[in-house]
Parts: sequence; C-alpha cells; structure tokens
Amino acid sequence: MSLLTINDLTVEFPTRRQLFTAVDHVDLSVEPGEIHGLVGESGAGKSTIGAAIMGLLDRPGRIASGTIRLSGDQISGLDADAMRGLRGKKISMIFQDPLTSLNPLFTVREQLTETIQAHLGGTDAEANQRARDLIDRVGIPDPDTRLDQYPHQFSGGMRQRVVIALALCTEPDVIIADEPTTALDVSVQAQILDLIKELAQERQVGVILITHDMGVIADTTDKVTVMYAGKVVETGPTSQVMGQPSHEYTKSLIAAVPRPTLKLHRFPQISYGGRETRFAIEDMARHWPKVDNDASKPVFEIRNLTKKFLQRKGLLPWDRTYFTAVDDVSFDIRAGEVFGVVGESGSGKSTVARMIAGLYPVDGGTITFNGQVVSDLTNKAALDAYRKNIQMIFQDPYSSLNPRMRVDDIVAEPIRHHKLMEGADVKRRVDELLDQVGLGHEAGLKYPHEFSGGQRQRISIARALATQPRFLICDEPTSALDVSIQAQILNILKDLQEHLGLTLLFISHDLPVVRQMCDRVAVMKQGKVVELQETNELFANPQTEYASELLRLMPKLDDLSTDGLEAEA
Amino acid sequence: MTDTIETPSAPTKSRFSKFWDSDFAWSFRHSPVAMIASLVVLILVLSAIFAPLIAPYNPFDPASLNLMNGFTPPGTPNAFTQDTFLLGTDDQGRDVFSTILYGMRISLFVGVSAVLLAMIIGIVLGLAAAYFGGWIETLIMRVADVQLTFPAILVAMLIFGIAKGVTPPEYRNEMAIYVLIIAIALSDWVQFARVVRGAALVEKNKEYVQAARLIGRGSFPIMFRHILPNVLSPVLVIATISLALAIIAEATLSFLGVGAPPTQPSLGTLIRIGQGFLFSGEWWILFFPACTLLALALSVNLLGDWLRDALNPKLR
Repeated sequence: MSLLTINDLTVEFPTRRQLFTAVDHVDLSVEPGEIHGLVGESGAGKSTIGAAIMGLLDRPGRIASGTIRLSGDQISGLDADAMRGLRGKKISMIFQDPLTSLNPLFTVREQLTETIQAHLGGTDAEANQRARDLIDRVGIPDPDTRLDQYPHQFSGGMRQRVVIALALCTEPDVIIADEPTTALDVSVQAQILDLIKELAQERQVGVILITHDMGVIADTTDKVTVMYAGKVVETGPTSQVMGQPSHEYTKSLIAAVPRPTLKLHRFPQISYGGRETRFAIEDMARHWPKVDNDASKPVFEIRNLTKKFLQRKGLLPWDRTYFTAVDDVSFDIRAGEVFGVVGESGSGKSTVARMIAGLYPVDGGTITFNGQVVSDLTNKAALDAYRKNIQMIFQDPYSSLNPRMRVDDIVAEPIRHHKLMEGADVKRRVDELLDQVGLGHEAGLKYPHEFSGGQRQRISIARALATQPRFLICDEPTSALDVSIQAQILNILKDLQEHLGLTLLFISHDLPVVRQMCDRVAVMKQGKVVELQETNELFANPQTEYASELLRLMPKLDDLSTDGLEAEA
Repeated sequence: MTDTIETPSAPTKSRFSKFWDSDFAWSFRHSPVAMIASLVVLILVLSAIFAPLIAPYNPFDPASLNLMNGFTPPGTPNAFTQDTFLLGTDDQGRDVFSTILYGMRISLFVGVSAVLLAMIIGIVLGLAAAYFGGWIETLIMRVADVQLTFPAILVAMLIFGIAKGVTPPEYRNEMAIYVLIIAIALSDWVQFARVVRGAALVEKNKEYVQAARLIGRGSFPIMFRHILPNVLSPVLVIATISLALAIIAEATLSFLGVGAPPTQPSLGTLIRIGQGFLFSGEWWILFFPACTLLALALSVNLLGDWLRDALNPKLR
C-alpha cells in the first residue's frame, strides 16, 4: 500500500466571474523513501496540490471531488482540529523562502524544542537532545553553539537546513517540499537537494518535491509527474519521462531547458496549448541604421571599476563604514559580441551593469564608451546621445513597467523624450515595435497588469529598442520566467544580436543560460572578476578553483531527451 | 507575418459599465455601510450646495430676522407669517434649519479646501523627501516630526492668532474663513507627507523608475508622472479620513471662538451659540447642528474606512 495516495483530486476556486479549476482530476501516489517530483510551469496547479494535502487551501478554494489518503486513512475533508494534529506531525512542509519560514524572534533551539514537545511530548532534556541530533544530522557544523543562535545569524543555505530539521523533528511520514531551493544559490542548491535525498532514503520518508526546475527534477527525484493547466499530462519514473517523454507538452518543456553541454542555434519553438508566438526582428532590421561592428575594437573599456555602498551612516566621515560591492573590475566588451557576467547573489554583477547604465555613480575607475570616458559626459546633448545608445532589460517583469501607464505610452516615452519623432509617427513606430516583439499593436491600448510575465518582458524589450540602441544590458532577463517563456525571450535576444548587430551585456547566475547566450564570460565573486574566458573555453577547462566548483555544481542534464535540438554550427 | 499572442477580449463595453463591473464598484455594492454612508454624505452635500433654494430663510440677511421670533421651539409657527419653524429658532430669531444648511456650506467649504491644500503640500514635500533623500529629506521630515509634537488644534490656533494680528480689523471677518483653511491645512499636511514619502520610497526602487532614469527623464517627470500615480491610492484614503477630521477641526476652532465669525456661522459657531442656552431649556439650538456635524463626520469617516479596505488588497 502506498504511503500517500491521491485519487481523482479536483480543487476549485470559485471567483466572482467564473469557477477556476486549479487542479483537475489528478491521481498521484508516493511510496516510503521515494522522492516524487511535481513539475510544471507557473499556474499549473502544483503548489495547490501541496496545499490541499496539508489542508491549507486558501479560501475560497475547496476540494470539489476526489480523496487524499495517508497510509490508507482518508485525510481530505477532515475538520480543522484533526488536520492540525496531522500537520507537522505526520506531514510536514519545507517552504521556498527559508527567511520567512522561521520566526526571527526565537532561537533555533526554541523553535525546534517547541515543535518537538508540542507533537511528541517528553522532557526538556529529551527535546534538547533530539534538537541537537537533528541539527547535527542536517549538516550544520558546531551544533551546540548554533542551536542558541537566531535565524538571521545563519546564511540562506544553513537556514534552509534548519527548516529541514524542523520538518523532520516529529518523524513525519510525508514531507512536502515546495520549491525548496529556488531562493538559494546554485552551490547551496546542490547540497540541500543531496541532503533531502539522503534523508528520504535513511528515514523512509515520502517526499513530494514541487519545482519548476527540470534540472532539480532530473537530479533528485525517483518518479515525476508533469502538470499543465491543472491536469497531469505525464507521469512515470524520472529517467523515462526525462529521457523518452511521450507527451507533446513534456517534450516541448524539456526542449526548452538550456543545456550546459550543448550550445543551440535557437531554442525550438514551444507549440503547446495555443501559445505559439513569433517575433519579427528581421522586419526591424530593414529600418535599423546599419553599423558595421569592428570586433577588434572594444565598445566598452572598463578599468579598475569600484563601487562602495554606505553600510553604516555617521555624521563624521570616520564613523561611516562602507561595503565594497565592486572591487577593481576591468574588462573590455567587443563590438557585436554577447558578453556574459556570472556570479552568485552578492557578487556585484548587477552593480557593474547599473554603473555602466549610469544608474549608479562610479566611485573609482573609468568606463570608456567608444573612446569617450562616460563620467566626463556632462553636457546634456552628449549624455542623451549616450543614453540613446545604451538600454537595459530588467529582471522583474512585474516591477519594470509602470502599472499606471498604458503600454503604448510606456513604449513611446523614450521616443518622445529624445524627440526622435513627432505626432502620428510616434504611434506608427510604437505599433511597429509591438508587432515586431510579437505582441500585436492592439496591445498598446492595455495596461501592464493585463499581460503575463513573458509578455511584459516583450514590452520591456520593445521599450529598450525604441531608441534603436547599439548596446543592450540584460540584467537576469529571464530568471523570473518559466522555462518555455525563457526560451522565447532568449531567442529574441539572439535574433537582436544577429540581425541588428547589437552588443549585449548579459548578467546571469544561471550557467546553462550563459552557455547558450554568451561569446565571452567574466566570472565574478565578492566584487572581483576571478576569471574571464571564451565561453567554450570556460566550460571545457576552467582555470580557477571557483569557476570549476560552479561548473561542478551545475545540474547534470545528460539524461534529458535531446529530440528536436539543433546545435549551433 | 506576425502572429499575436492570445489577448483578453478587446474593450467593447462603455466606460460606465466597465467601472460598474470593476472589483472596486463590486465591493461598494456589497458594503451596506459604504452605501448608507455615501447616501448620507450625498444628501448633506447636495443640501449644502443648494441651501439658497431649500432654506426657507436667509440667515445672513439681518433684514429678515426679528427678535420677536427668538427661542421659538421646533415645530412652532412664526409670530408674524404663521410659517412653521421646523427646527425652531435661536436667540436672535434665526431659523435653525436654514442656519444649519448655510453653516454646513461653510464647514464643507473649509474642510474640503483645507484637505486639498494639505494634500498638495504633503504630496510635494513627501515626494521631494523620498526622491531626493539626503539633507532635503532630513529637513522636511524633521520639521514634520517637530510639528507632530504639538496638538494640531494648537498649531491651527497659533496660525489663526498670528494671522488675526497682522490683518487689518476691517478685513478680519472676510479673511477669517481663508485663514481658517490655511491654519487647518498647515496642521494637517504632515500625515500626507509621511504616507507619500513611505509609499514613494518603495516605488522609487522599482525597476520602472530606473528604466525612466535610463531613458534620461528628469527628476520632475519621474516624480510626478511615474511615482505620483502609483502612490495616490493611500493618499485618497487619508484624504477622506482627513476630511472628517478637518470638518471637526473647523467646528472645534469655531466653537472656541477663533473660527468662522458669528455673522457667518458654521456648524461649530452654531454649537457655540447653542451651548449657552442648553441648560436653560432651549436645547434645539445646540442639538440639531451637533447632530448634523455628527452625521457628516461619521459618514465621511465610514466612507474612508471602506475605501481603505477596498483599495488595500489591490495595491498591485
């Protein structure tokens, strides 16, 4: 008998206008010691299944049909009191954000012993002993001191280990892990996944691992269920689903995953669920002033760039302390290339991008653009010319567009500001741009909230292209997007570079994406560039310890099907 | 050549039906408190605006008054014309009903103008503090902090007193209303500035503001075209609640005798006149203006509360 069985589960959210079916007749079963992956794009209903198992559906959501059984006993439809007894004892949960899932006002010991005693009883000494063993088991060094610290004294990865210890402390049968590593750096992600894998084996706990990341699924899970729009489209052993996907959607999803070992010409077009979209960058090239890129000449020369942020304010200069975000960074960006900057969070990669864009003042060193030192540009005409040439695509498609402005006004703003066109020409240009990024010019009459994340990122691209810049800064342009949308956006960026000859500065923490996009890559760590290489060279033989460590921790995607992928010539 | 992505159906409905169908209107239609409160406000505001048409007497016209009519209880006829005084008369024979209508005009005019003025000052200073930071922020917010340590009514009285000192006596009565507006506005701008600054600090760090800077937009277009529309929702809520407070502040000042002059009585002035006769049996002179003030302030306040609840979860 399976540990957890879900039979024909349907979850509905009645809203004012319509009945929204988040989970649609789903069957699922988990065995002891098994890690069952639940994968799908945002809105697929995977987290809703987790919430339904825990009995934590947000109102007005309700289970419309089907049953959930734990070791044979039905747990769906139990009242709130009975559910509270199960939650945290028989079933526990690991959340995405380790910072908000721990109470900042209690020490780790207090949080653990409180949970242990609430569910298992026992004396203080027993609970303390148990807490210490768990903290030791999840791989936190020096458990005796660490137990009496507060959550903010732990790093992100260590905090997630505490959350895992907390989930384990009542000996649950089932753990639901909802995107447990999404908020963590790659190097930490691998360790946490290994730990979950070990513990599931060792304690015979059934784990439901909810994620959007195919790499996590391929590396960690035994079985996988692929969901689309609330329905299960495919389920089976991980190696089979990943290696020989049978459903069209699974195939398209796998084809969209950037591979660390294979550089593609373009990602295959996703064509499932009527989301076929084209963009027409070639059309744009017809009206775009041709500039021949001389690859031997750098567009940007960055020399000894330094940025310090004030960490503690003080009235007197010697009372202030500074944090060096960017420390003596130098590199060249050649005309027409895609230059990548990779690094973990806090490595200073975004700060470099923002200094080049002119959003942060430079504290030391120089940025030279086509032979002109940028910080010397003081008159308005020269600055405007620089700004017309440099545009940026931001990370978060939800905050990079003004929610109170109509899309056509957003795209027209740079054109109007630089007085590139007037009157009806502006509207024509905006319509063209929206057509070319694949939104259609009707999109101009709407507001940003009416669009999905990927569509908003296209609006961002249209705005960035409005002044016909020569240089685009892309700051993690796809890290907030689903994998199929990411593939579309990366294809657009590749087209821009190829057909229009733009130079791209591509900032990312995701090595496989960097592999797909960049010609040369700078690896940053704690504000310094530790390695600068041709992309192929970096992935084949990294020169520094840090770069090889990053590469080693990349998810291995060798098991994934390579159907329909076309390598770059 | 270009395919379009699936887009929500084009807007075919009229502006009104779109508004009527919005979540905002829906929440209004499902809140009895908000509907009753807005009905009361609507009736009161309309009757204040159309006071000259509704009121049976003009209380500002001394020629229509007769001291013989003084202290007529509610529902009793005029000694001369046999018209009924619906809510009675005051000591000088003014019809209380008409005086309330005209008084409400002054109360509403002072309240709305004071809130608008406070809002403008608060928005400009709050945006400037948030956007420029540094010593500008320190200066504005410290001034605001200092002002908050004084009770608002004290600040208003101080300003009123100074203004009275510097204006020539023959203009005092005409100036009184405007001085009152400025006094209340200057005692009330702080909370607008604080709310705007808080919301603008959040918005300022969003990427759309950086995108606008990248285009090369100057400080003022960014502050007023990009940031301001995104911080207006909380300002609207505060403005509604402030309106109730401003009406009460005006009434308090007038009650204390530093507000609207007795020749142009506001609701507060009427209450001040009435409280002198409360214990001698002429209760109606105080009671009816007080009830009107209560109804007005309460319903505006309830409307503000509802507005806060309706707008808050949808701050996208």
